[in-house]
Amino acid sequence: MNAPAAAEIVVERLQKRFGRFVAVDEVSFEVGRGQILGFLGPNGAGKSTIIRILCGLLRPSAGSVRVDGIDVSRDPEAVRQRIGYMSQKFSLYADLTVAENLRFYGGIYGVRGAALGARLRHALDIAGLAGREQQLAGTLAGGWKQRLALGCAILHAPHILFLDEPTSGVDPLSRRRFWDLIHDLAAGGVSVIVSTHHMDEAEYCNRIALISQGRLIALGSPGELRRHALGGVLMRVEGHPLERLLERLRGFPATRDVAVFGNAVHVLLDAAAADDEAALRAFLAGQGVADVHVDRAEPSLEDVFVQLVGAQPREREAVR
Amino acid sequence: MDAVVRASGLAKRFGGVVAVDGIGFEVSHGEIFGLVGPDGAGKTTLLRMLAGVMAPDAGAASIDGIDVVAAPERLRERISYMPQRFGLYEDLTVDENIRFYAELFEVPPAQRRERAARLLAASAMEPFRRRLAGQLSGGMKQKLGLTCALVHAPRVVLLDEPTTGVDPLSRREFWRILYALRSEGVTLLISTAYLDEAERCDRLALLQDGHLRFCESPAELRARMPGALVEVASTSPREVRAALAPLAGVRSVLLVGDGVHVHVDNAARVPQLEAALSERAIAFDAARVVMPTIEDLFVALLGPGAQAAA
Repeated sequence: MNAPAAAEIVVERLQKRFGRFVAVDEVSFEVGRGQILGFLGPNGAGKSTIIRILCGLLRPSAGSVRVDGIDVSRDPEAVRQRIGYMSQKFSLYADLTVAENLRFYGGIYGVRGAALGARLRHALDIAGLAGREQQLAGTLAGGWKQRLALGCAILHAPHILFLDEPTSGVDPLSRRRFWDLIHDLAAGGVSVIVSTHHMDEAEYCNRIALISQGRLIALGSPGELRRHALGGVLMRVEGHPLERLLERLRGFPATRDVAVFGNAVHVLLDAAAADDEAALRAFLAGQGVADVHVDRAEPSLEDVFVQLVGAQPREREAVR
Repeated sequence: MDAVVRASGLAKRFGGVVAVDGIGFEVSHGEIFGLVGPDGAGKTTLLRMLAGVMAPDAGAASIDGIDVVAAPERLRERISYMPQRFGLYEDLTVDENIRFYAELFEVPPAQRRERAARLLAASAMEPFRRRLAGQLSGGMKQKLGLTCALVHAPRVVLLDEPTTGVDPLSRREFWRILYALRSEGVTLLISTAYLDEAERCDRLALLQDGHLRFCESPAELRARMPGALVEVASTSPREVRAALAPLAGVRSVLLVGDGVHVHVDNAARVPQLEAALSERAIAFDAARVVMPTIEDLFVALLGPGAQAAA
């Protein structure tokens, strides 16, 4: 094997075509043991296609995918036994109890006998559901349901866990508890791939793969992406009226993008001079716009997403 | 400031569940007012009552001086309510959907063409006029829904989670339209379960379990943060957490993708945090005070132990 020993998932020049449509275009990446990788991208970017290939549900048109050292195209069944999957629309049986749901998924994954008992207790522990075994799943609050779904997905002790927008819509405390669990699982050696377009979920991932139009357009930790991927400097300008400010800022030579954000304007400038702030102030003063407040703004992952994805031609919407 | 929307003591119960429990607020002319909270907080019920499509069990509300409980039919021409599932006709084209709503809202025929053209330009949907609504992407459907909801030039717009399931790029375009409406003096009430979206609103109502917990601007909310939030970048976040969690003044430590977020009682604790890590020879890149997000505030102000902290 030429992949690093620690890499659990190795994807090399993966390609998937549907007729003439290239859904996945030469995508390569690795996920190490115990790493959490976030898949970010707009709807239709190719995220689900990649995940289906990784799960052995779709055959790649070209390139290779190895999970746990196994070639997915050669032995999809062996790969499927090593993965767990939990989606935002996870299917729990509302009229079965917590324990019955877990047993049901155990049956699907072929966990039986003494192993089932041990795995059941482990899943209940991890999900913090011990003591609630006899409660009907339908009567659990949102955060608990989510953790039960996670318990079901890890019942067969998978090495790799796929999560599809796992915490959208839940309250912030449940979300934090859930991510703590995911970090615990990762610390225990499980590799996790999270598919989402919620930036607040992306913040919990060790690395983020930004996918657009079937291509991998950026890969890095959340901090790296925020600091470097934008290739520019983000400024926050407060003033009044916003519309006039927006117009004037469009005319500043270094301006790449302007947008209203709350009661201020966010301006993305070409990364160049260190005295951007002063230059911007001087420019606005020259335009007769006084009384403004200029600040450097910390780019968010959403800023990075919008700039990188937005920079690509949106051919897909037109050809579909 | 002249309030366009007034609500007081609104309450709604479904069987044994209290969905909205005595909520009151006012929204000014030309303001973007966010109803923010997780699923089940009461956002949708509140918007339905304000739109006059659901009668409250108690309380009163008015829009533009019209009592929404007593005279909901009079609201029709002034407001627009876009529910989570807006009724687009999937087998009609974009143009046909807009025409349908223009007729439904009795827009004078002479104005229909001009208004439709303006709205389509604002939402960058002109190239798709002849496409069937059923064939649009999620983000485009939401933009078409908004276009239809705006066709009678309402002065107050109520939007229920319009950006749920919409990717960040479409979400930004959507907000561009909302800001343009604001600059024309339209008053907007928008609900969202995305706390990061709350930053875009002028004022927020933070909802939890049917109660209004806070109602102010994002900046005012931020000023309530008890203590400070410190980001520590490290490749050994679990060790960092173990070292920092027991320290005096540390309220909580959250593992994130490339480090931890430490909630401390005072920003002056940063040197102590750094010293504790150096002492234990735990590698870290930087410790710096960061601006709390709305989610951080939600947890700090509404989580367990929030009362003790306040």
